[in-house]
Amino acid sequence: MIEVLSWIGQALILIGTFFYFLSTLGLIRMPDVYNRMQTSTKSATLGSLGVIIGVGLWAVGKGYSVAWISMTVIIAAFILLTNPISAHVLIKAAYEKGIPLWHGSVVDKYREFLEREKKGERNEETGAKSGTEADAGTGSGSRTGTQEGSQTGIETGEVRT
Amino acid sequence: MTPMYVYLLLIGIAVVLSMYRVFRGPTAVDRLVAVDIMTTLTVGMMVLYALYYGRMIYLSVALVYAVLAFAGVIAFARYLEGGI
Repeated sequence: MIEVLSWIGQALILIGTFFYFLSTLGLIRMPDVYNRMQTSTKSATLGSLGVIIGVGLWAVGKGYSVAWISMTVIIAAFILLTNPISAHVLIKAAYEKGIPLWHGSVVDKYREFLEREKKGERNEETGAKSGTEADAGTGSGSRTGTQEGSQTGIETGEVRT
Repeated sequence: MTPMYVYLLLIGIAVVLSMYRVFRGPTAVDRLVAVDIMTTLTVGMMVLYALYYGRMIYLSVALVYAVLAFAGVIAFARYLEGGI
């Protein structure tokens, strides 16, 4: 009866090593830092979950103590929590360093967010200035603000959906 | 214990394949991503070795290695970003 746990654990370890292999394959295959991180980190996290919990189940199936399962679950939860954080910090460092995207990449949400943040600050400043200059004519002030916004949007080439 | 060698061999092949990116990567962040993946693979390998030797205390070694690898990657990323 308890050998079923051993078989389940070995199946989980096989699935985990397969995902490890997929992660390193993506690390070799992909053309860019960002694509490499995106293919390798997620599958390596899933593969390590499979391998570590599979080892715990296999140990219990071999007749060792039940504390193996709790210890392996602790290690798996720690890796599940910290691996995305390290990948995020790495990729933010790459973006701050100015490593360009691959030429086939079409979406850059972080640059759009930075531009929108900058433009939002400028709109708030102009809106406050027009409000202090002419308290009654708020319509003209807001209209000039939107015109400025559309001009900056055109010259930066932002796609607004 | 024969399937254990097969699993260790599979993870070892994955480590060697990720070593390619460490030597070949164009930028420093490429090499650091590859090293991050190698540490994750090494934690899995350490857990397998703990079962191979049948000692539960070796799982603590894997846990401490995971903590230190996380701190090291964070420190290197802050250094590349220009924070330190």
